[in-house]
This record gives sequence, structure tokens and C-alpha cells, in this order.
Amino acid sequence: MTYLDHAATTPMLPVALAAMTEQLARVGNASSLHASGRQARRVAEQSREQLAAALGARPSEVLFTAGGTEGDNLAVKGLYWARRAADDRRRRIVTSPAEHHAVLDSVEWLEAHAGAQVTWLPVDPTGRVTPEALADALGDGSDVAVASVMWANNEIGAVSDVAALAAVAHAVGVPLHTDAVQAVGQLAVDFAASGVDALTLTGHKLGGPMGAGALLLRRDVECTPLLHGGGQERDVRSGTLDVAAIVGLAAAARAAVEDRVERTAQVAELRDRLVAGVLAEVPDAQLNGPALDDVVAGGPGRLPGNAHLSFPGAEGDALLMLLDARGIECSTGSACSAGVARPSHVLLATGADPARARSSLRMSLGHTSTDADVDAVLAVIAPVVERARRAGAR
Amino acid sequence: MRVVAAMSGGVDSAVAAALAVEAGHDVTGVHLALSPDRQQLRSGSRGCCSVEDSHDARRVADELGIPFYVWDLADRFREDVVEDFVAEYAAGRTPNPCLRCNEKIKFSAVLDRARALGFDAVVTGHHARLVDGELRRSVDAAKDQSYVLGVLTPQQLAHAVFPLGEMTKDRVRELAAERGYAVATKPDSHDICFIPDGDTRGFLTRRLGEQPGPVVDAATGATVGTHAGVHGFTVGQRRGLGVTAGDQRPRFVLGIEPVSRTVTIGTAEQAEVSEVVTAAPTWTGPVPELPFRGQVQVRAHGAAVPCEVTPADGGGLRITLGERQRGVAPGQSAVLYAPDALRGDRVLGQAAVSATA
Repeated sequence: MTYLDHAATTPMLPVALAAMTEQLARVGNASSLHASGRQARRVAEQSREQLAAALGARPSEVLFTAGGTEGDNLAVKGLYWARRAADDRRRRIVTSPAEHHAVLDSVEWLEAHAGAQVTWLPVDPTGRVTPEALADALGDGSDVAVASVMWANNEIGAVSDVAALAAVAHAVGVPLHTDAVQAVGQLAVDFAASGVDALTLTGHKLGGPMGAGALLLRRDVECTPLLHGGGQERDVRSGTLDVAAIVGLAAAARAAVEDRVERTAQVAELRDRLVAGVLAEVPDAQLNGPALDDVVAGGPGRLPGNAHLSFPGAEGDALLMLLDARGIECSTGSACSAGVARPSHVLLATGADPARARSSLRMSLGHTSTDADVDAVLAVIAPVVERARRAGAR
Repeated sequence: MRVVAAMSGGVDSAVAAALAVEAGHDVTGVHLALSPDRQQLRSGSRGCCSVEDSHDARRVADELGIPFYVWDLADRFREDVVEDFVAEYAAGRTPNPCLRCNEKIKFSAVLDRARALGFDAVVTGHHARLVDGELRRSVDAAKDQSYVLGVLTPQQLAHAVFPLGEMTKDRVRELAAERGYAVATKPDSHDICFIPDGDTRGFLTRRLGEQPGPVVDAATGATVGTHAGVHGFTVGQRRGLGVTAGDQRPRFVLGIEPVSRTVTIGTAEQAEVSEVVTAAPTWTGPVPELPFRGQVQVRAHGAAVPCEVTPADGGGLRITLGERQRGVAPGQSAVLYAPDALRGDRVLGQAAVSATA
């Protein structure tokens, strides 16, 4: 099996699996006052401190969530509601059409149901939002509730200069949320240094468990809750803490941040060989997103494990199926809830034509990727594309 | 063989896929997305087109351990089936969209794509027998679907597999239950899949608008009423005519003339025909020598009647019916059978009705 879908989910790190398994065997609600509860509380708070330390945040800035979708919903809706409640002129949300659907659909829901007005940021042809574009969209900022720009794009890997974006937003008094689900563990993510007000991350993209994530939220930022109840997380998020999952998340985040430089250099090397090899086998294939050696703010301008290519004349879902049949697992980007492959909304946002968007394939490498994985793709990609093209010409 | 199993989410296609796997084929499940705006949950009497149906299909594929994909054929379906359906009604004819879907989608767009992707055949859950290239009725006469497959060519049939033809629908449900599939008790779908509420007249009116015209009684030549559009009628129809004849005898639609928007009605005797003239036929196997005697069926759930088939002008057929038939409408497919009590009536081919007498 050649697993090249690490951006969808990546295998758990052994250290996270061990920590989580150990905790799963224990009883204890972190809100209980007795010994079992205290033990659970202690472990959860140690995890909070670990996660905060790994990401340049303070422990009190960590709100545990059930994953990236919850974090994005909480940040976008919670900041909009709170900022609007404080000043009713703040009705605008500024974001980009290349965001993940957890942000896009939250924004569109607010537009449809909560009186929000949306200003869509332009993305450049590589998928990036520039500080100039954000400044233009914000204007004097007085009518803006929240801005949200992802740190790194899940489909085409484009990295934005989040610190520069935060500076632009703050210059006009607007809070910036960033979806950093793909960035944590892949890029240098320091919450304090970035200046952003809210940052979404999730466990299963960095070697932790699914269903566990966090929103890093500055202490001075008001955020209206989505979930009401016990108020466990700073009264902004309620729900019994999933201590085992939190332990797994924190252990994975710490490990992923610790070995990031070395690991991502290896992954990028494999990715570069994969892209070069595919372009050699299929000369008219096109790399989407930033150049492999692109640089943003002194770091990688493209996620190190991301390879996103279009194969003119072939349909992405045919390529996926043919590769799947040969034991190679990758992705076409997004499918709707019924499983219908849709042209990548990210590529469309960059100005790519629908045909190019439909003919695209994402291969994402991660911590378990090997030379053999790259070889496996290169051995079959030419005939697979050839066959998909025949089916595409139907 | 490497085969694509078309999986609607219903019990028939689930069992067909399972039998293909158990027969040793390399099976890939494919669900066809035929509507661009699919409802989350099943509604009305359709059984294929909602997200819930897609999930039902996926559940079975996952239990079988076979790959499963959704193929988006909504554009093709709209162009080749839905628009054709509307245009046919607007022209005063009565199409069968299931036949059209088999001809243009399942055994054309899907089969072509499957073949291009390296598959040998398409497996479906149709109730029909296909042995040595010969298409025959299912052993379950009540569930037989050979009529809607009558449009297939030998080339299409060469790459089709119908695993259910030798068993009854009850047996299909038993096999599904034995395998633990939740769809074992899923209700049969009926009606037209793209008209979920079953209101064909309402659907056509939304598409074509109201186009009033006269209702003329053939017995008297008198205009006895008006109607909101010829698309609300089909030849042979008795209900919903909105007129009462002076002689108190029931009236049936005899004919539809779309240009003058005239709907002609008449008595039961007038509604019966003894001869059908068709457009050029398609054959499921070797082209039979004309004339020949056989059986003809003009509706999916109608009975077959004896007939004699001779050539007509323009490459069409003249089908003389052994029994007078009511409700034979232009646009319907006349599917021809060679009776065979032992092995099942064989489907010879079909032709679209162009005129009756």
C-alpha cells in the first residue's frame, strides 16, 4: 500500500498512541473533585501546557475542541457574534474563497442567517492571500467583525505570511483568525510571534488522534460560545474533556514540532523527487500552487509534503480510481457528502479553469513516506494517465 | 472479469454486486449521481437518487470489501433523458425514460467509461436473463425488466451482466437478508426517478408552462372542453380528462396534436388499435427476417400480445396485433419477443411507435 494522503489524515505517532492508550485505561472526569478526577485534570492540564509550549502559546490560550471543523466554526462564528454584539456596525467578514469548507460554510451561514456581509479576498495564482489584498479589503476596519485567512492551504499547499496579515489586520483594529490545521508540525508555527488572535489546529493531521483539536485564542479576545454547558474551556467551550485524546494530541504535537526541521526536509526531498518524476513521465502535467522552492517570510512557501498536479484531458476521479486499484491512495481534493467529485474550489479561486480543476490530483506525503512510495507512483503514473485520458475523451 | 457494478442503493443492485463478487469477478462498485441537487434523504417512491441511497450503496460495497465510487453523470442524464422526456411530451408523444436511461446512460456513458478505464463489463440488478448473448425475460414474471432493456444492442449486451435473471424478487431479498444487508427490506422504487412526487403532469407543467387547447370528442366532432397543455395527456388515458360525455360512456385519449394543441378523445372501442407502425428498430441479436410472428409489449408493465411483424416505409416496422390494444401511444417502445416457455421469452428488439391504426 502506498499511502499518499497525509493531508487527509496521517498515521498516529507511536508516542501519541502509547500516551493515549495508557490514559484510556483510566477512569476520571477532569471536572470531578475526587482523586480520579484530579488525576484526569492533572493529565489534561499537563497536556495543555505541553501543547502551548510547542506552539508558542500560553496554557490559558488553549481551548480543546473536537477538531478542526469545530475550531474554525468557533473562531469565525464566535468572533463575529462577540464583535457584532460589542458594536453593531461590525457586520463584515473578510476571508478568501480558498479556505477550507469549515470556514467557508461558517461564513456563508453567517451571511444567510446572521446578517453578515462577506468580502472575498483575492488569492494570487499560487493560492496565497497577500497583505496588500487584506489591507485593501479591510479599509478602515470599522465595519469588520473578523478576518480569517488560512496559514497553509490543504489542497495546493500555499503558505501565506500570517504574521504580516495579522499586522495589517491589527493596524485597523480587526482580529485575525487562521486555520493552521495543515501548518502545525509542517511549518514553524508560533502563536505569540504570529500575532494572530485565534488559530485552529487538529490532532490527526500531525500524528495525533482524530476528534481532538484546539483553538488557540488570545486571552483578550471575546468569543461567543457555540456549545453551552459546563463551561470547561474558559467558558468558551463546554463538554467533558476527552482526556485520552487530549494526551494523544499534545504528545503528537510536541513530537511533531520537535523533529519538524529534520522530518520536513526529508519529506520535501521525497516530494520534490515525486513531482520531478511525474513531470518527466507525463510532460504536460502541471504543478498547481507555489513553486516547490518558494519562500514566504523566510520559510517554505509551500507545504513540504504537498504535491498537487493537473493532468490535462484526464479526470481527477478517474486517476484516483485507477491509482487506488494499483494500491496508491491519494485525493482529488473535495467530494460532496454524496461522494461526487467536484472541481477543486481552491484551484477555481486561483483563477484556474474548471477543466484544469477537474483534472487535478493531490498527493500528500508525511512522516511514514518512503522512496518506495515515490517509486510506486512513478512506475504507474504514465499508463494511468494515459488510460484516464481515454476515459476522459468519452 | 473486471466489472463495474452499478449500485443504486437498492436491494437488487446490492445482491447483483454480491453475486458478481462471489462468482469470482474483480468488482468495483459505482453509484451514479444523476441529479445535480440531490436530496439528503429518500422521499416519495424513488430509490436511487438521494444521498441516503448513495450511502446505502456504499454500505454494501464496504461490506463486500470492494472499491466504491460515485460517478457524476448529472449533465449527461439531464441532456439525454430528462430533456428528451420533456421534448417528447411537448411533441405529443409518450416516452419511457427508463429505456432511454439504459440506452444512453447505463449501457452507453457508464459502459464506455468503464471500458475505457479497463473494465470488461457492467453488472446491474435488472431482472432479466442474459445467457450466451440472448436477452430473455426473468423467471419472475411480475418483476421482469426485459422491456426496459429491449433497446440494447448486441455490442452493449456483450458487456452486460444481469446476475438476477434466474431468481425471483423474493429470493433476491432473501439473499440480501442472509448477507445482512440493511437494504434487504428497502421498498421497491417505482415511478420516474427524476419526478420524486410522482406528479408527472405537474413536473411537465413546471417545465413547459400552461399551453391551453381544445378537447375534441371524436364521436361527435364537438369541442367538449379545454386543457392546460398537451403534455398533461397520454394516449389511452382515461382519468383526468375533465369532460363528461353526453352518452355517459367513458372517454379515452385517442390522439394528441401538439401544433393545434388538440386532444382528441373517444370511446373505448375507438381507443383500441390493431396495428402499430414504428420508426426504425434496434435488435438485441441477429436481425430477424421479415415478416415474422412473435409477441409485442408496448408498456413496461403491460402484457405481451401475439403479433405479426412486416416491413413499413422508411425502415420501420408494421406490427399487426393479434388482440386489439388500448393505450398505444406514439413515442412508446414496442418491444418484440419470441415466446419461449422453457428458457424464457427472448427479446428480439424494439422500435418506437410512430403511428397506430
